[in-house]
Amino acid sequence: MNSVIELDGLAVDLGGRRILNDLRCTLSARTIGLLGPNGAGKSTLINALLGFHKPAAGTARIFGHDVRTGIREIRKLTGYMPENDAFIANMSAVSYVHLMAELSGLPADAALERAHEALFYVGLGEARYRKVGTYSLGMRQLAKLAQAIAHGPKLLILDEPTNGLDPPARQRMIRLIREMRESGEMHLILCSHLLRDVEETCEEVLILKQGRIVHYANLEEERRANRKFIEMETVGANGTFATDIEKLGCACAIVPNNRIKLILSEGVAIRDLYQIAKNRNVQIRRLNYRRDSLEDIFLKAMETDVTQNGATNGRI
Amino acid sequence: MAVYKRSYHGYAGPLTPEWSRFAILPRYAYTRLFQSKIMTAFFVLCFVSPLVFLTLIYVANSFGSIAKMFGATEARSPITVDGEFFIVYLGVQSFLAFILTSFVGPGLISSDLANRALPLYLARPFSRVEYVVGKMSVLLILLSSITWVPGLTLFAVQSALAGGGWLLNNLWIAWAIFAGSWIWILVIALLALALSAWVKWKIAAGALLVGIFFVASALGQAINAALDVTWGSLINLGDVFTSVWISLFRSHESPHVSPGSAWIMLALISATCVWLLYRKLRAVEVVR
Repeated sequence: MNSVIELDGLAVDLGGRRILNDLRCTLSARTIGLLGPNGAGKSTLINALLGFHKPAAGTARIFGHDVRTGIREIRKLTGYMPENDAFIANMSAVSYVHLMAELSGLPADAALERAHEALFYVGLGEARYRKVGTYSLGMRQLAKLAQAIAHGPKLLILDEPTNGLDPPARQRMIRLIREMRESGEMHLILCSHLLRDVEETCEEVLILKQGRIVHYANLEEERRANRKFIEMETVGANGTFATDIEKLGCACAIVPNNRIKLILSEGVAIRDLYQIAKNRNVQIRRLNYRRDSLEDIFLKAMETDVTQNGATNGRI
Repeated sequence: MAVYKRSYHGYAGPLTPEWSRFAILPRYAYTRLFQSKIMTAFFVLCFVSPLVFLTLIYVANSFGSIAKMFGATEARSPITVDGEFFIVYLGVQSFLAFILTSFVGPGLISSDLANRALPLYLARPFSRVEYVVGKMSVLLILLSSITWVPGLTLFAVQSALAGGGWLLNNLWIAWAIFAGSWIWILVIALLALALSAWVKWKIAAGALLVGIFFVASALGQAINAALDVTWGSLINLGDVFTSVWISLFRSHESPHVSPGSAWIMLALISATCVWLLYRKLRAVEVVR
């Protein structure tokens, strides 16, 4: 798969301090999450990818374009939704998105059409002639999203898109992000300190701490792999039930309290387990997939000592 | 992403040439500016004085005929259309241009900074230079339309009425109108943008722009009087511009500031404004 982002020893200095240090990794998923506590360097990384901060060492590439030499090409391919409130004063939402689409290179007519479409898409269709300054915080977030997608970018960078949103507005934002991901027309980078947002939308996750990569996780792969680890709580199970499961090719272990842990082998489905249970007159009271949640992964990553060698290679 | 489908799709249509995108900013700015009736009325008023000067040119060239209508046979026109005539015209129009700038200029960048809009502009294939050129174009086009454009029109009318001989002898006046206007326009546009970038409050930026001209003028005169020197006039922008215009229009008046010093002063002011804009206009402000 072609890489979306390549970080090649990227370092960024701000105000005489090193904020990002020797970041190295290759990300190619459709939705990439940037996680980290406040001050970890997530927004600085985004700003460096957009060319707002010059690398002090190393470089980064987006779709193969180097941030040092091809920033204009990168900006043609990206849409950016900044973290903070950002709008043009005294301008209606449709004019605002229209202007931004034109600045991205769309002819005036096409930009106007796309502005209307983008505002309808994010759910601001009925309020599109209102001035952005009069919008609520949630509406402004949606307007920022509309201006970021109006020109049809190949990569959409979302910096804390759910900041300050109430639960329904957050759900709407997450749904939009998923829809855009599933459209297959763009890649997304979601920068957030909210684990749930990232877990619900992202396939790859990069966890930063003190300006270094402390963990890289391919959530999609882990989800697929972890799907095979199953824990069951049963009534009436004995050795024959476990033996029958093992005959399917699954590794199986009986643990106290009538619980059975097993690893599903290729081609074995959950219904096969229920079939065996029916044949052996065993009740399956509970069946859980066992996997590390993103929270577990994040907390483990936060325990990592960033001064250790290897903490920055993105694959630990 | 059709409205009725409410689904996302990319854009694969044509794109505009990159060099032309700076012109998008003045287009949007004018749409907003001319929504204000006061602004529109003032802009229209700016064309009253060119009409007055046009009338004077007509009177100067038709004075004999007009005098005959009133029975005078050997009357000479009291109005002479020469460099002095056009320097007065430029003085009036540049004052109006200054008032227009103090209305329009302060809000050009300050509102974008106050609303943190710069990352939105600069995350696109749109550089800081294009942003400044776009914002500056708002003033350059507006001020051109009330200074050198009507000025050269008056010159053309005078040439048509006075004949080819006058045109050949006074072609330098056309250059003086053009150059004198552009110097004024460029310097006050740069000043207005720099103040707009550094003073987020639009009214304060406007007041500061007025202050730079009038307070500095008073200060310059006070320095000259108190210290018995002449270099105080260097901080009086009115004197500096007058000196440049006097040299361009070959006027007989003696300037308070030598033309060389005036040119250096204008270059310094412009360079400072460019530096201030360079320092302030960044997508992300780094807090040290």
